Parts: sequence; structure tokens; C-alpha cells
Amino acid sequence: MLAEAIFFSAVLFAIGVIGVLTRRNAIIIFMCVELMLNAVNLSFVAFARTYGVAGQVFVFFVMTVAAAEAAVGLAIIIAMFRHKQTVNLQNINLLKG
Amino acid sequence: MESYPLFYTFHFYLFGIIAVASAILFVTRKSPVSAAMWLVSTMFSLAAMYVMLDAPFIGVIQVLVYAGAIMVVFLFVIMLLNLGQPSEIADVRSRGWRIAAGLVGLVLLAEVFALTRTHSVSAVTLPRGAAAEAVTNMGAVGMVAGPLFTTYLLPFEVTSVLLLAAIVGAVMIGKQRRAADAR
Repeated sequence: MLAEAIFFSAVLFAIGVIGVLTRRNAIIIFMCVELMLNAVNLSFVAFARTYGVAGQVFVFFVMTVAAAEAAVGLAIIIAMFRHKQTVNLQNINLLKG
Repeated sequence: MESYPLFYTFHFYLFGIIAVASAILFVTRKSPVSAAMWLVSTMFSLAAMYVMLDAPFIGVIQVLVYAGAIMVVFLFVIMLLNLGQPSEIADVRSRGWRIAAGLVGLVLLAEVFALTRTHSVSAVTLPRGAAAEAVTNMGAVGMVAGPLFTTYLLPFEVTSVLLLAAIVGAVMIGKQRRAADAR
């Protein structure tokens, strides 16, 4: 099942990358990043079955970091929305030359 | 090539296909709320796949933390900001971006297919069924908790500092500024 799990993990990761590159809604881009983290978790779990339980421990850490990232990231999005009244990244271009 | 019962293989592929189909629907939905619901569907199928890969505890945590807590926070923010008006919905980038994204996706897929062609080093691989045996012997939680509180104790403690920093950061960033309101 290792090859199949890596296949599904790769497809999910690619879908996440495509989502990040094609969408402009900050929240949807953020959810695409979560999808990529999930895809990597799937291959960690699949490898843990072949190479030892450390992979599952690592999934635990990835989930913790994802939770922290979601809390801070969504707070940033809320602060940004308060400032600009939008979450569309096209309208947030303060650093654009 | 190791062989598995047809029942097992069928359900593994079934959940994998559900996960991929939900992910495709997730990136193509216009409304953020329906996108979030499809992402929850992806996470549930991933939890099922974790259970099938002899990681029942990670599967439970996936449902509790990801599909439960993190996605609820996302939905709270979407509804708090009242997204979903027509001006917010049309957010797909131009054709050039889409072609570039498709190419990047293809390159990533090709890379991983090349990786799956390589052979695993048999000296470090566990015998087949070792993970299932560990679940039976130590329990689903004990199997993860053992290394977590011995070998990986320092990273575990550092994680708690990270979470504290994240909580403080989220509260500080999300706080309403009274001076700005008074203006």
C-alpha cells in the first residue's frame, strides 16, 4: 500500500499547489496550504508503516504546527479584512512597486 | 510485490478517490463555505486511510483536530467576515497563472512518480504487519505515546511553547484597537 498512498499523497499535494497558484481569496489559499499539509501527513503515515513509528510522531507535530498556523493566519486575515474590507489578494498590494 | 486482500485494496482506493475528488471540488468551488465543506470531506477520507494504514490514533486525531477544530475555526472566520458576496466570489486568476499552476502541478507529480520507482532499502524496512502488531501489543495510543514521551520529549515540550506563542500572537493580532475605533 506504500506506493498507492504516496500516489494519493502526491495528487493531493499537486491539487493544493494548483489551488494556491490559481485562487485569489486569502482564506481559500490558506485552506489549500492545509490540504498540502494533509497530503504530506498521508505519506508520513504510509512510511511509518514501513520504517517505524517515528513517522506517526511527526504527523502529530505537523498537526500541532498546522493548528498554530491556522490560529495566527486567520487572525492576520481578520486584521487585514478590517483594514481593507476585502480578502481578495488582488486588492492587497501595498508592497507592489 | 506484497499482496493485500481485495476488500482492503478496494476500500483503500475508494477512500483515496473520494479524497482526491473532494480536493478537486474544493479548489474549484467559488463559495468559501462549500470549499471548506469539501475540504472536511477530504480530511474524513484521509482519516479512514490512516486507520487502514495501521495508524488508528492519528486517524482519530485527524477527525478531532483537523476536521473538527481547525475547519470550524475556518468556517467561523468565513462567516464572521461575511464572505460570499459576488464581489468576493470571482477570485480565479488569469489564464497565464492557471497554465503556470498546471505545469507546476505536473512537475510535482512527475517528481513523485520518479521517486516511487526507486526501491526501498530492505535493511531498514520493518517486516510486513509489524505496525499492526504494535497496535495490538501496545494499543493505538501507546504506540505513538511511547516514542513521543521518550525519544521526542524535547520537540514535544518545544511544541507547547510554540502553541503558547501562537495563542498570544493570535489574540494580539486579532484584538480590536480602541484608538482606531474612536476615530
